[in-house]
Amino acid sequence: MPDSVMPNSFHLDAVPIRLERCGKTFAGGARALEPLDLTIRGGETIVFLGPSGCGKTTTLRIIAGLESPDPGGRVLFGEEDVTALPIERRNVGMVFQSYALFPNMTVAENVAYGLKVRKLPRVDRARRVEELLDLMHLGEFAGRRIDQLSGGQRQRVALARALVVRPRVLLLDEPLTALDAKLRDSLRLEIDRLLRSLGITAVYVTHDQGEAMALGDRIVVMAKGRVAQVGTPREIYYQPADAFVADFIGTMNRLGGTVRGGMLSLGTALLPWSGPDGAAELLVRPEDLALAGEADGHLDGTVAAAVFLGDRTRLVVEPADGPALTVDAAGRSELGRGDRVWLRVDPARVLAVP
Amino acid sequence: MSACVQDAPLPHRPAARPPAGPGWTGEPLRLAALLAPAAAVFAAFFLLPLVRLILIGAGGAEGWSTYLTTLADPGHLDSLISTLALSAGVTLVTLAVSTVAGLFLVRNRFPGHALLVALLTFPLAFPGVVIGFMVIMLAGRQGLIGTITQALGAGKLVFAYSMAGLFLGYVYFSIPRVILTVMAAAEKLDPRLEEAARSLGASSWRVVADVILPALKPALISAGALCFATSMGAFGTAFTLATRINVLPMTIYTEFTLQANIAAAAALSVLLGLITWAALAVARSVAGTSVAAAG
Repeated sequence: MPDSVMPNSFHLDAVPIRLERCGKTFAGGARALEPLDLTIRGGETIVFLGPSGCGKTTTLRIIAGLESPDPGGRVLFGEEDVTALPIERRNVGMVFQSYALFPNMTVAENVAYGLKVRKLPRVDRARRVEELLDLMHLGEFAGRRIDQLSGGQRQRVALARALVVRPRVLLLDEPLTALDAKLRDSLRLEIDRLLRSLGITAVYVTHDQGEAMALGDRIVVMAKGRVAQVGTPREIYYQPADAFVADFIGTMNRLGGTVRGGMLSLGTALLPWSGPDGAAELLVRPEDLALAGEADGHLDGTVAAAVFLGDRTRLVVEPADGPALTVDAAGRSELGRGDRVWLRVDPARVLAVP
Repeated sequence: MSACVQDAPLPHRPAARPPAGPGWTGEPLRLAALLAPAAAVFAAFFLLPLVRLILIGAGGAEGWSTYLTTLADPGHLDSLISTLALSAGVTLVTLAVSTVAGLFLVRNRFPGHALLVALLTFPLAFPGVVIGFMVIMLAGRQGLIGTITQALGAGKLVFAYSMAGLFLGYVYFSIPRVILTVMAAAEKLDPRLEEAARSLGASSWRVVADVILPALKPALISAGALCFATSMGAFGTAFTLATRINVLPMTIYTEFTLQANIAAAAALSVLLGLITWAALAVARSVAGTSVAAAG
């Protein structure tokens, strides 16, 4: 029973969400979102990732019921068409970047608000509020005013408030952006643990690729109102659909090469390559470029900058021609500005720009 | 009285300054010199007349007890109570109308929006006499409302020369200030708070009661206090509508000019000031605690 007071047993239904041709044109005629089709599986955490203005928040607000899609678009929770339902009748949980806690209520009153609106008897209300406060490790703060809490505590209150009504889907709009780096990491781990244990369908919007990779079962990369790619974090990272996704996620190097007769000539090397003949633009991750000796290197260049990051040293290498390359060397590497280096490319890990 | 003024000014103040500190001779002296003009104006145009008024109130045949006997007079007490009731009613109605209109104007953009806001704030420019004149045009013997009700066969409805007319005039006069305050406060509301409440299932009415009104409360209290104080003391409109209308400023005027009962007029003036000041102070302290609670 989900009614048990044991925090670990708190579990929510996994409702799938389907968006059908959901576009959004604002009153002024600006197109915020091109018509979008997407199925979010029950219990899945999906992350909408992209720069500001890419349409990710608009998509979230369409799922929430705060915006309605352009005519023809439909939003389905499971088998139910909720397109015409306003947010107050969709039973969704929302968490905002600015916390949006009610300043005139205590922590416990904030968490209880959704239950009060639902006219739940006082006894049940108190029990469920306590259950959620325990789940979010907020028990000792129940009587506090909101302005007596830190940012991380506030966001945990917001999560408890959103979850106490047992929503069909949890929607998080940049929930960590207002926090400082250290708090962000710890709360991200907590949210991750929470989403796994709750089993709820969650939609998470962020512009931070680190958050997206850590939390998402799948990531929807968006740009200019369009979906650029949908995939697992690994797919997005290793098989980016286009140059935008490749550039947006992690660091990506661009290399120019020439293909002729199944061989790719890259710097001084000839590598086996399947692809059409002609000039090719290639993408390779910093960790897939290895430092090598003069004899077995494919490319050479001069170190323009070396940044010591502890576990590794990130080098910016300028080849004789072409754009600068970012390469990861061992942390203890003594290479510095002006040193000449040779790089090896693993052809299996090189991507051609689609 | 003049002794009182001579005691107050600043040349004595440097004696109270803290002992030895770097540059202590220069700074407080300079501050005192800079404050002197303000202090002089304050004394001449506020303290002096006020003290004089208080003393005049006690200067009648009955001395200081004038303050008690004036209030014990049934006519005066009646006037005070009806003024308080009128001001409270005007404040409540103005707050209700202005909150609804102000919220609507902040949340909806439509052609003519700017013009409508400008029109709504227009009465700010009118003196009380003009407001009174407008009430007569609307509800007086030759007024619009009377003509319409007569045409409808319901008899001529005339209420300009009574408390009802005054009430109408004061509400009209008070709405602009309150609307502007409400609009300024409503623009600062965090729309995410309302969205959060709605996501938890709150209906529009609940959002108003649980989110919007608590957030507007400090602004409503301070705007309401100003509205109340203005209604307590306004004179021009009442004077234009009828000389026998029973509000405190009119009573003071009558005592002063017609009865030549200067002590009573002064005592009533002081009482009017005290009551209004107390109402403002209470409102401010209530608003203050609610602001603190709202973080």
